[in-house]
Amino acid sequence: MEFPKDLKYSKEHEWVRVEDGDTAIIGITDFAQDELGDIVFVEAPKVGRDLKAGESFGVAESVKTVSDLYSPVAGQVIEVNPELEGSPELVNESPFDKGWIIKLKMEDPKELENLLSAQDYRNLAQKG
Amino acid sequence: MSGQSQRGINFTEGEIFGRGAPDREGYTPPRSGLPAIDPESALPAGTLRGQLEGFPSLSEPEVTRHYTRMSQWNFAVDLNFYPLGSCTMKYNPRINEAVARIGGFTTLHPMAPQEQAQGTLQVIDDLEKWLCQISGMDAATLQPAAGAQGELVGLLMIRAALTARGNPRKKVLLPDSSHGTNPASAVYCGYEAVTLPSGPDGRVDMAQLDRLMDDETAALMVTNPNTLGIFESDIIQISKLVHDRGGFIYCDGANLNAFLGKARFGDMGVDVAHVNLHKTFSTPHGGGGPGSGPVVVKQELAPYLPFPVVAQGDDGAYSLEYDRPQSVGRAHGFFGNTGVLLRAAAYILSMGPQGLAQVAEAAVVNANYIRARLGDHYHIPYPGRCMHELVITDKLQSEYGVSTLDIAKALIDRGFHPPTIYFPTITRGAMMIEPTETESLETLDSFCEAMIEIADLAKADPESIKAAPVTTVRTRLDEATAARRPQLRCSLCG
Ligand SMILES: Cc1ncc(COP(=O)(O)O)c(C=O)c1O
Repeated sequence: MEFPKDLKYSKEHEWVRVEDGDTAIIGITDFAQDELGDIVFVEAPKVGRDLKAGESFGVAESVKTVSDLYSPVAGQVIEVNPELEGSPELVNESPFDKGWIIKLKMEDPKELENLLSAQDYRNLAQKG
Repeated sequence: MSGQSQRGINFTEGEIFGRGAPDREGYTPPRSGLPAIDPESALPAGTLRGQLEGFPSLSEPEVTRHYTRMSQWNFAVDLNFYPLGSCTMKYNPRINEAVARIGGFTTLHPMAPQEQAQGTLQVIDDLEKWLCQISGMDAATLQPAAGAQGELVGLLMIRAALTARGNPRKKVLLPDSSHGTNPASAVYCGYEAVTLPSGPDGRVDMAQLDRLMDDETAALMVTNPNTLGIFESDIIQISKLVHDRGGFIYCDGANLNAFLGKARFGDMGVDVAHVNLHKTFSTPHGGGGPGSGPVVVKQELAPYLPFPVVAQGDDGAYSLEYDRPQSVGRAHGFFGNTGVLLRAAAYILSMGPQGLAQVAEAAVVNANYIRARLGDHYHIPYPGRCMHELVITDKLQSEYGVSTLDIAKALIDRGFHPPTIYFPTITRGAMMIEPTETESLETLDSFCEAMIEIADLAKADPESIKAAPVTTVRTRLDEATAARRPQLRCSLCG
């Protein structure tokens, strides 16, 4: 199971990758996709929506269950992964890369400091 | 005893389109004697269609066999044990069917004048009273067509009562173990669904409740016993805390089978609850047939019940009261799903008060029996005795790569319907087993033996479990592709 070091993590099993200082790319972790099983549908928000930190922005539906997605940071949705509508399996196959879910223009990049490091998140996930 | 699903004659069956022959016919209705109407002059052009290319012309036996063959791919409680947790798949006694088919009920037109509907109105009135007695509540509506609709009706009544007090409030609290319909109903009713984390023993955590129950929270929606099969033993304190802060207690009564005739919502401080006739009161689930989710309330909420309400006058005659200015409105056409109400009424009368209490006893003993027999073979996440259902997990089997889904499929090969799987979602790899009271010791034993055999094979020959089912018409289905790229159209529709 992968826990890339260059990412930040939330307790709700999302990851954040920062680009250009204030753009946050958000997806769910390898651990999360493995727990959910085969993902069959990802409901993402509309571009332009403002999200608070911790706010639910969509759902991931798998053959087993339906799970809410929470935004680790506050910001405005500037892009939604267009591939997921036709190929939700990308979240299973490539959770940290092709399976990204949304991009946010962050309100306050300092919020990233509240998130977990790869090591802390690995400990959380492995505690079960 | 396992291996009951093997059949000598297993029909495969394809689409019905493209079969038959153009001149083949089934039943031809007799001429009506009414003048013929030319569709082209009677209907707008856009609504007319010529020949439907490829529409099958079949004889009656061909049609009958098509659907009967497909029905044999299905499973029913009339075939074998159906331990689907949370669904209370008890046997449906045939006496209920006989009662529901009595001509005076089946031939009643829904628009018949009330004087001609006295029998049906009396059954509704009686059943309301019996459900109130059983649940310790003051008034009832039998209109909701299922548990989920009962939840919505109940929450609408809470909203109406709070609005009358001056503030409908914004949130509804829901334990994280609650059934998915609970948060859905809360949101549908305009509330924000706030999750209440359960304590380590699977029950409501009083400290979390104390933290989250604020003056913007309209209600706590609690299930008792909860979906883990555990009795919420703090229910009195829970109700008191919520009431002290101006909120209501909604109890999801889908699990009433566990304490039928033993304990009552009304004595637990519950303000409104729904019960599922298609679970606790032995009316059939599905088969396309309707359900019924009556709602019972305390006096304070009675003015908000859906209208019309059945009332009995001084002369003994029943009538429908429409003048209910505070009512949340109608929840169903006419009298609700009357055929289901009749079956439930027949069940209550045939069981009697003592019989109903024995239902709860046997349902709880059966679940604990399975728990005791499987405890050495499966991981049981919550310690202590359970109520009418138990939750086990695939933790021990997952070491050999065998999952809850594999175990469920392997049960099919052994002639059993799988338990509810991956629910409640707070328990990893959950299997929720609800035997109900209607099963014999032999059936429970044969199920336990099948489960133990699966656990042994999971270790000795995991591939055999991962390949299941192998005795069915279709073997393991690709559920992910079916959901990702569904093909829902028949060949005829292109
Ligand atoms: C605990 C619980 N609540 C509510 C419901 C919803 O009831 P219905 O399916 O009749 O809408 C169910 C159904 O399975 C349930 O198990």
